[in-house]
Amino acid sequence: MLKDVTIGQYYPTGSVIHKLDPRTKILFTTAFVVMLFFLNNLWGYLATFVILATITLLSKIPVGYIIRGIKGLVLIIMLTVVLNLFMTPGTVVATLGPLTVTLEGLKVATYMALRLIFLVVGTSIMTLTTSPIDLTDGMEWCMRFIPFVRRYAHELAMMMSIALRFIPTLMEETERIMKAQKARGANFETGNIISRAKNLIPILIPLFISAFRRADELATAMEARCYRGGENRTRMKQLAFEFRDGTSLVLMVVMIVGLYLTTMIQIPLLFPV
Amino acid sequence: MTMESNNRMIDVRDVHFAYPHNNENESVVALDGVSLHIKKGEFVGIIGHNGSGKSTLSKLLNAIIFPTQGDVIVSGLNTKNHENLWTIRQTAGMVFQNPDNQLVATIVEEDVAFGPENLGVPPQEIRERVDRALAVVEMQAYAHQKPHQLSGGQKQRIAIAGILAMEPECIIFDEPTAMLDPSGRREVMETIKRLNRDKDMTVIHITHFMEEIIAADRIIVLDKGKVVMEGEPRTIFRQVKRLKEIGLDVPQMTELAYELRSEGLKIADDVLSIEEMVDALCQ
Repeated sequence: MLKDVTIGQYYPTGSVIHKLDPRTKILFTTAFVVMLFFLNNLWGYLATFVILATITLLSKIPVGYIIRGIKGLVLIIMLTVVLNLFMTPGTVVATLGPLTVTLEGLKVATYMALRLIFLVVGTSIMTLTTSPIDLTDGMEWCMRFIPFVRRYAHELAMMMSIALRFIPTLMEETERIMKAQKARGANFETGNIISRAKNLIPILIPLFISAFRRADELATAMEARCYRGGENRTRMKQLAFEFRDGTSLVLMVVMIVGLYLTTMIQIPLLFPV
Repeated sequence: MTMESNNRMIDVRDVHFAYPHNNENESVVALDGVSLHIKKGEFVGIIGHNGSGKSTLSKLLNAIIFPTQGDVIVSGLNTKNHENLWTIRQTAGMVFQNPDNQLVATIVEEDVAFGPENLGVPPQEIRERVDRALAVVEMQAYAHQKPHQLSGGQKQRIAIAGILAMEPECIIFDEPTAMLDPSGRREVMETIKRLNRDKDMTVIHITHFMEEIIAADRIIVLDKGKVVMEGEPRTIFRQVKRLKEIGLDVPQMTELAYELRSEGLKIADDVLSIEEMVDALCQ
């Protein structure tokens, strides 16, 4: 279950997408995410699917790996779908006891599900193709343009990169603790939500204690390696926009504008406009 | 005198250290008047029971903590002067026990670059240093891997490379093999010994495994915050009884020789390795 979480993981394949400047990818992902919320018909989602599929193919990341990332969010997606399906007022198309399904509900539920899936896929492609250090470097650079945040750009970027570094370590630790507690007779699989949540306490407490100890040791090790914040710090890898970044920026603008144009299509696809 | 001090890598002069205690006003004494010198290029092993103050000592040498009394001088610089701090940390690098908790970056070579980046070394030179450091620990093939996919021994070698890239004169190893399996332990020890032998690196090796320091130039034994024994491995390990009293082991072969002697067999009391044992028994 925990191994399924692919968000924030880096999957190196050396593809064109991997080689793009992180800033290009951050810019595109941001524009893409914003755009997702403007889409109002299935043509737009279809276009999004084509764009994402193309990027995925170019990135050479196994499709299964990306799908696994969605699996972890099945619960949230289901919840959104069910809520939207039954709670939206409008033209009734089916009745299930006290529950009614409306055409509008069907539409909103589909859009929300697709939106969530594309959101996760889009952002995970960014993290899968960008090494966390590149990603944080890119973020650091982008944050320089945001007032107030600017002062803490380095610190925030460092925190993020450490968080990403420790995701797999803490995952392993969680699994180890779970096994240890199971060996002592703990039960995580049965019972209602409240008793299950209660059963998580014997996992969370050791996990937190160990995380704090790790943080302390890491801080000492960083200080021993002369870390003293962002001042006068140099980087081995310098970010550099290259020709391919220029090309992709142009493509990017075309895609975003294209997506925006789909909102104006008046021909119905599956659902009435 | 000048010759003498030029040759000194580390000088610890009557150092006391106490950890402040939170609940009551009393503090816990970790070091109680320790004096020692470490020469350039030396391989010094430090052993001691849990709570003997050996980890405290290592942190003092790297200016992570400061003596409550006395002086620690690293390459002629007193850790008390705050402006020396970064030079000292760069001169005396430190490798810790838990390999997971000292790797900062998600990619091996970026982790090795962390130290020089902090020192403000120009990018091109960082690149060269990283490649060189990875070559020394024989981990070039793993430059683009993720640290959490490596074995414990490999992670620890990456940690060593991360220190080497800062170009220190001395490396303090604080129980670097304690969390490793036997093969990882061997990998790391071979790397440490090679650094001392081929690169002339001053090595201070704190450990629980006596076998790791039978080839050291000198061994310092700490107990209850004091230096209780100091000398060549042979001289130290010969005193089996005394070491056992402090709660320490001796190398397996020394122990065997000791037992054989107490059973009346005529055998030298300073056998350290299996080879020496074979020679001693075949005579």
